[in-house]
Amino acid sequence: MIDSKQLYQEMILDHNRKPRNYGQLADATHRSEGLNPLCGDHIRLTLKLAGDTIENVAFEGESCAICKASASMMTAAVKGKPVADAERLVAEFRGMATGVLDTASQPNHLGRLTVFAGVKDLPSRVKCAILPWHTLHAAVQSQAVASTEGDNDPVAQSA
Amino acid sequence: MTAANAAKTSPMPTLDVERLRADFPILANVHPHGKPLAYLDNGASSQMPQQVIDRLVHYQTHEHANIHRGVHTLSETATKAYENARRQVQRFLNAREDREIVFTSNVTDSINLVAHGFGRAFIGEGDEIIITHLEHHANIVPWQMLCEDRGAKLKVVPIDDTGTLILDQYQRLFSARTKFVSVTHVSNALGTINPVEEMIAIAHRHGVPIMIDGAQAVQHMPVDVQALDCDFYAFTGHKLFGPTGIGVLYGKADWLNKMKPFRGGGDMILSVSFEKTTYNAIPFKFEAGTPPISQAIALGAAIEYVQGVGLGRIAAHEHELLVYATERLRSLDGVRIYGTAKEKAAVISFYVGKIHPHDVGTLLNEEGVAIRTGHHCAQPVMQRFGIPATARASFAFYNTMEEVDALVAAVAKVQKLFG
Repeated sequence: MIDSKQLYQEMILDHNRKPRNYGQLADATHRSEGLNPLCGDHIRLTLKLAGDTIENVAFEGESCAICKASASMMTAAVKGKPVADAERLVAEFRGMATGVLDTASQPNHLGRLTVFAGVKDLPSRVKCAILPWHTLHAAVQSQAVASTEGDNDPVAQSA
Repeated sequence: MTAANAAKTSPMPTLDVERLRADFPILANVHPHGKPLAYLDNGASSQMPQQVIDRLVHYQTHEHANIHRGVHTLSETATKAYENARRQVQRFLNAREDREIVFTSNVTDSINLVAHGFGRAFIGEGDEIIITHLEHHANIVPWQMLCEDRGAKLKVVPIDDTGTLILDQYQRLFSARTKFVSVTHVSNALGTINPVEEMIAIAHRHGVPIMIDGAQAVQHMPVDVQALDCDFYAFTGHKLFGPTGIGVLYGKADWLNKMKPFRGGGDMILSVSFEKTTYNAIPFKFEAGTPPISQAIALGAAIEYVQGVGLGRIAAHEHELLVYATERLRSLDGVRIYGTAKEKAAVISFYVGKIHPHDVGTLLNEEGVAIRTGHHCAQPVMQRFGIPATARASFAFYNTMEEVDALVAAVAKVQKLFG
């Protein structure tokens, strides 16, 4: 069992205090809202795609530290990247958070995002970490709303 | 502040809490992250004393069979125990008759029973139902569904900034079309104790029946449905130190008789043919199918246990916990308490600076402190205060001043971590 304090490490607390790419893009080409109805996490993501590249990305909303830090680090990780790379990160992040991908032993592209690996031991918080990534996926797929419930339930799917 | 200091500044509890705690094996058996458990999530579900666990085990090892239809010894034993539990509930609520006690599966089920049974018999297009801003979703959604179904309207009593119902506004909501009122006795999210006696009297002055949701009340204070004169009262077993899966609906016999059944099936009928079915008498009319037999019997044991401890003494001890915890949490910079009504049960909803309650809850668990975080199935209450969620500590008589100290120390630690 992970010590939750290990999860609330400096990098996550820092992104929570000073979220990067916070706000809304005036010239967004894609947008989506992420909702976790169980805990009330709510984020709004705006993207500017140029061809297949995420030229710019911003988020805002009301959420816990894990969700906010995850969103902040996600925007930093995908900005300037091809959509395909972002989608690969979505899949890997989701794999890590649900315990399917062991970042220590399996190849991945998560880099600093592995600070969230410990969330897999906190089942009630997995959805907080994944919500921004769901929302990113929904935005590039031009879906207006992403939810952590129903068909998109990451916990149910990994169970 | 240490526990020793706390004991000096807080009045001596009147209950022998240490002795009572020994009745609850889970309190000693579980050590989250190696810490002693401070279980402060009693509003969500309370723990079960050994006496109730033993009653469950005895039932399953000596008495179990299906009830009301067997001619064999076990069926008769089980039926007797189940009906005895009904009389225990009757005495607990001081209902006039045992047939006014309907066993359900929880309060949600009890409210849905009334929404369907009363609603389909008496609510029509343009009629109005009054609820309050303090309700749990369980006392909102069934009425919304009924309103949608019947073309009726829902009216909501507002609250002020302390989380107290505004009674003047309640009075003003009544019209010639008002057909029903449903109100919580104690707010699960804020702890507010509503002036239900007065609200019942007001409803009756308008000739309107009223239901009280007692999910958060019966474990904290004595309730007498005849003194209150409410038409319906609901509570649940697992918040009263009993098992899950058993709820209670008290209803005045007159109303229960006039209502339509809720679920159709076995045990709720007198005779069935394909042409016509005759319903059974109350309370059986509302108990279709095999009921939660063992749970009802264990609920009886839980009631016996609580009566042994004494609800008056429970209320006094919990009030001391509430006063002490409120004062200690307030002494921390940046902690805001939501729900500051004059009359409150031992429930404290709070927010720590700008830290989301879910982060608070996860980190408190690290210190062995179990609280609930979220909207507490009371989103309108959260909206009223402009917050997405709160952290909520809810106490039972087995909680101690030392556990309050553990809560406060853990909150201070979270504040330090977030800087």
